[in-house]
Amino acid sequence: MSVRTVSLFAGALGLALLPTGCETVAQYGSMAGQAAGVITYDQAQSINRVASATGKTFQDITPEQEYYIGRSVAATVLATYRPYDRAALNQYLTVLGQTLAQYSDRPETFGGYHFLVLETDEVNAFAAPGGLILVSRGLIRCCRSEDALAAVLAHEIGHVQNQHGLRAIKKGRLTSALTIMAVEAGKSLGGADLAEATRAFEGSIADITSTMMNSGYSRSLENEADAAAVQILVRAGYDPHALIDMLTVMKARLAGDPRGFGRTHPSPDDRIQHVSALIGPRSAVPPPPARQQRFGAALAGVR
Amino acid sequence: MKRNVALICALCLAGAVRAETMRVQVQTGQVRSAPSFLGQVVATVPYGQAVQTLEAQGAWQQVRTAGGSVGWMHSSALTTKRIAAQTAGTTASAGATGDELALAGKGFSADVEASFKNAHAEIDFTWVNRMAAQNASPAQIQAFVRTGGLKQNGGAQ
Repeated sequence: MSVRTVSLFAGALGLALLPTGCETVAQYGSMAGQAAGVITYDQAQSINRVASATGKTFQDITPEQEYYIGRSVAATVLATYRPYDRAALNQYLTVLGQTLAQYSDRPETFGGYHFLVLETDEVNAFAAPGGLILVSRGLIRCCRSEDALAAVLAHEIGHVQNQHGLRAIKKGRLTSALTIMAVEAGKSLGGADLAEATRAFEGSIADITSTMMNSGYSRSLENEADAAAVQILVRAGYDPHALIDMLTVMKARLAGDPRGFGRTHPSPDDRIQHVSALIGPRSAVPPPPARQQRFGAALAGVR
Repeated sequence: MKRNVALICALCLAGAVRAETMRVQVQTGQVRSAPSFLGQVVATVPYGQAVQTLEAQGAWQQVRTAGGSVGWMHSSALTTKRIAAQTAGTTASAGATGDELALAGKGFSADVEASFKNAHAEIDFTWVNRMAAQNASPAQIQAFVRTGGLKQNGGAQ
């Protein structure tokens, strides 16, 4: 069979497979070109690379990549906000948060859920991909009970569970990032490849942090995180009305403050309305006194 | 005797149909003695390694590890996608396909993180590492649930 025949045959095969997607066509197409000696093996690989990366979504980011993205997102947030270095408070937040995560739809992530308080009056919180959750002192001060603080953490777990951070990565960037990740799989990244991967990584971190810190997620994603929070609270045995209690305090504290949640989140009134529609009547059974005691002890001296 | 053989064959077949290969998609997959976070960890399985699923119960999968341990893993720790384990000296020419995760340790990796860090003097991972190392032990979580009057069935959903 001549080279020309192979090429024609492969081309026909590609066309015959057209309805199954352009990825297949592109692969057969490059096989054809390769067989005909028109392009080199490397060029063929590069064509396949682009073809298979097109049409990928945030769901194609692997758990390990999500973990590395999340670490750098958290580190970037921590370049703007200082950590609140109070071991007892951070440990209480960790126990509460890791307990809540067990009741979520995604209790396990690559590196697990971890929590830290930020030293700022601003009402704010950040859920970095994979489960690194940062909550401001200002937001903690909107909580008058463990149930309310649980509501704050459960909302952030909802963002992680639904991978809202990864959805902020721009489509074009995702395509180039996944292209590098998928294809350089066999060898260690070196020189130019490492530089290219780092650029895609940098861009992804910038997309996520600017969404979290400046523009905020869409209202529908915030509603999704609130719905996840209600589900987690109910499963764990917390009162979901505590989310409304927290939002009511937040509304008063946010009045006239354009920073943080004032800029990035739907108004507390909108969120209260959405959450109210998801929950039943308030339980008549008060939480055990031990729950409120430990909350008071952990937050003692937090101003 | 004949009937027993038939029965055994039928059971084998049923088992074979149910068993599926899944891969661990968390850094350290924990295999527990019971389908609950209260179950003791009886084995651990690293990222990307395959396990055979035997039975499902809610969000929990009973699995058999490559080392032969049998226990329960939460389904969020498992994927049907392939995570190719890295083998020294091999070159994976085909790259990752649609139902396949990239090779463990490749793509956005510790190398890329280090390169990102070098380019940004203001980025400091000290507190990221510190928070990532802070954990509640299973005993702490159990005590927290008990004294707070919370529900005991984390992970049951």
